[in-house]
Amino acid sequence: MAILKLDKVTKKFGGLVAVNNVSLELEQGQLAGLIGPNGAGKTTIFNVITGVYRPDSGKVYFMGIDITKKKPHEIAALGIARTFQNIKLFHRMSVLDNVRVACHFRLKASVFSAVLDLPKYAREEREMTKESLDLLEAVGLKQLANESAGSLPYGYQRKLEIARALATRPKILLLDEPAAGMNPEETAELMRFIKRIRDEFGLTILLIEHDMKVVMGICEKITVLDHGCVIAEGSPKEIQNNPEVIKAYLGSGVYARS
Amino acid sequence: MYKQPSFWLTLIALVVFFAFISYAQNNFDAYVIRIMNVAAIYVILGVSLNLINGFTGQFSLGHAGFMAIGAYASALLYMSPELKAMNFFIKPLIWPLNRIQIPFFPALLIGGLLAAGAGFLVGAPCMRVKGDYLAIVTYGFSEIIRVLFNNLQSVTNGPLGLKGLPTYTNLWWSWGWAVFTVFFIKRLIDSSYGRALKAIRDNEEAAEAMGVNLFYHKTLAFVVGAFFAGIAGGLLGSLVMTIDPNAFNIMLTFQIVLIVLLGGLGSITGTVISGVLIAVLMEWLRIVETPMKIFGITIPGISGMRMLIFSIILMISVLFFRHGILGDREFSWQGVISFFKRRQSNRGG
Ligand SMILES: Nc1ncnc2c1ncn2[C@@H]1O[C@H](COP(=O)(O)OP(=O)(O)OP(=O)(O)O)[C@@H](O)[C@H]1O
Ligand SMILES: [Mg+2]
Repeated sequence: MAILKLDKVTKKFGGLVAVNNVSLELEQGQLAGLIGPNGAGKTTIFNVITGVYRPDSGKVYFMGIDITKKKPHEIAALGIARTFQNIKLFHRMSVLDNVRVACHFRLKASVFSAVLDLPKYAREEREMTKESLDLLEAVGLKQLANESAGSLPYGYQRKLEIARALATRPKILLLDEPAAGMNPEETAELMRFIKRIRDEFGLTILLIEHDMKVVMGICEKITVLDHGCVIAEGSPKEIQNNPEVIKAYLGSGVYARS
Repeated sequence: MYKQPSFWLTLIALVVFFAFISYAQNNFDAYVIRIMNVAAIYVILGVSLNLINGFTGQFSLGHAGFMAIGAYASALLYMSPELKAMNFFIKPLIWPLNRIQIPFFPALLIGGLLAAGAGFLVGAPCMRVKGDYLAIVTYGFSEIIRVLFNNLQSVTNGPLGLKGLPTYTNLWWSWGWAVFTVFFIKRLIDSSYGRALKAIRDNEEAAEAMGVNLFYHKTLAFVVGAFFAGIAGGLLGSLVMTIDPNAFNIMLTFQIVLIVLLGGLGSITGTVISGVLIAVLMEWLRIVETPMKIFGITIPGISGMRMLIFSIILMISVLFFRHGILGDREFSWQGVISFFKRRQSNRGG
């Protein structure tokens, strides 16, 4: 059974159909890509999956449960984590605190127990800190734990966002253009990193990418979106030679920003 | 944590502080004691508003409303039945309030809890509004409280207010509560809950995507902030001995906002300093409202002049000191210790 399933999802903004009757399935452990030209509706699909937007029609299922009407924090707690296209860190908080926030929803100790630093809370706090530091180590940011997140260089901010998402202990990780603004070497390094965390944490990953070439190397399955519609789906090879895709990408240069 | 030196340093500082408070209560003259009481109340108000505005990033203008609830609720509980009968001569006070009298401390607590309840009612719908709109909604709430209290003759005595309240508020009560407020809110914002609040301030969408329940945490900030505002209202009522609905107007809220802005949105240390500063300044500025003689020319005292000066300070601080006295820095024993270590090594080398 698919771990994530979008069933005929449509999302409109006024007259604009941003996502048009999209169906999509992710298998457990898959590293899948979602590509398409500017304004194709990729980010909107993430926002529908994570509960930021309610679709106008269609349903989203996660491990068989209907999550279409759930709130973003409930969906995060169920096991879907994300990063953002335009990085959204807690910029005035420390690197460590950014990650610890993502552990907070699991906290069982009450507000009073936290204020009084009772043993129950103190233990949970220690666990959250340890888990967060381990994650920072995994992404190579441990030595910057006490820096303010806003002061990190761009590439580190992207990695911190991934570490923060991992702290929710997700089953699915949604990455929105993680390589944006990186040079080819950094991008290649990042793609290896993504593959590594998929294996290490047993994740299912859906990756948005703008540039088709980037995902060809690592994704096992690619879905191509154009004007809100799925125009192709398959292995990188199949996508590469698909005439529809070539047309959309060539055409996008002309139409996308008009 | 009990083995850390900072714990013992804090304990010693508190003992010294309360020894001073105890000395002040018995030896200082009434005028100075009054200013010190006001300072403590401003500290409670500033720190509790900073929790909502500074740490959670929800710009609220509702503090005067929460104070009014705390002030009235506690006064109606600790006043004696005879005193109530004397106050409510137009319309009698409703049963059972006209019969009961309870001690100051539980009365304060109930006032605080009722204010916290109002904080929940304001905080909950505020999920839907943000930024400027939130400021307007919370201001609207505080105006509704004022209008309501002006008209609930048989509960609040309407615009006549309550007079001759017994003065229970002393330095022990006011600074005791101020220290407790600072302790509670500091510990709250340093905890995992506090991190969730700061995350909402920094980026609401990301916070929600990381599993932070916005409704729960925004209401938490409002409930805790409103509770302490209610306590401060109760302390203030018993200090000034007279309360009326119009005392809890928008100017009062502005004054608290000024304390927070001056101290630094997101700095408890700064808020404590600016709370004390404003209390002293407010008294000192009374001079400008009394008639003065300069070079033989008599300048009549203009009432409201203080508020004008205050507004100017508010504007200047917003325009030029965006981050207040301390920005979002905090006092810490580590900071003090390393400061002295540095000085020593400078002298040595
Ligand atoms: N909140 C919104 N309100 C109105 N229109 C929106 C909103 N969000 C997205 N859109 C529109 O929906 C369409 C799809 O946007 P989306 O952000 O999903 O595209 P995308 O594929 O992520 O593009 P990009 O590669 O530029 O990130 C665009 O035309 C966009 O302008
Ligand atoms: Mg996008």
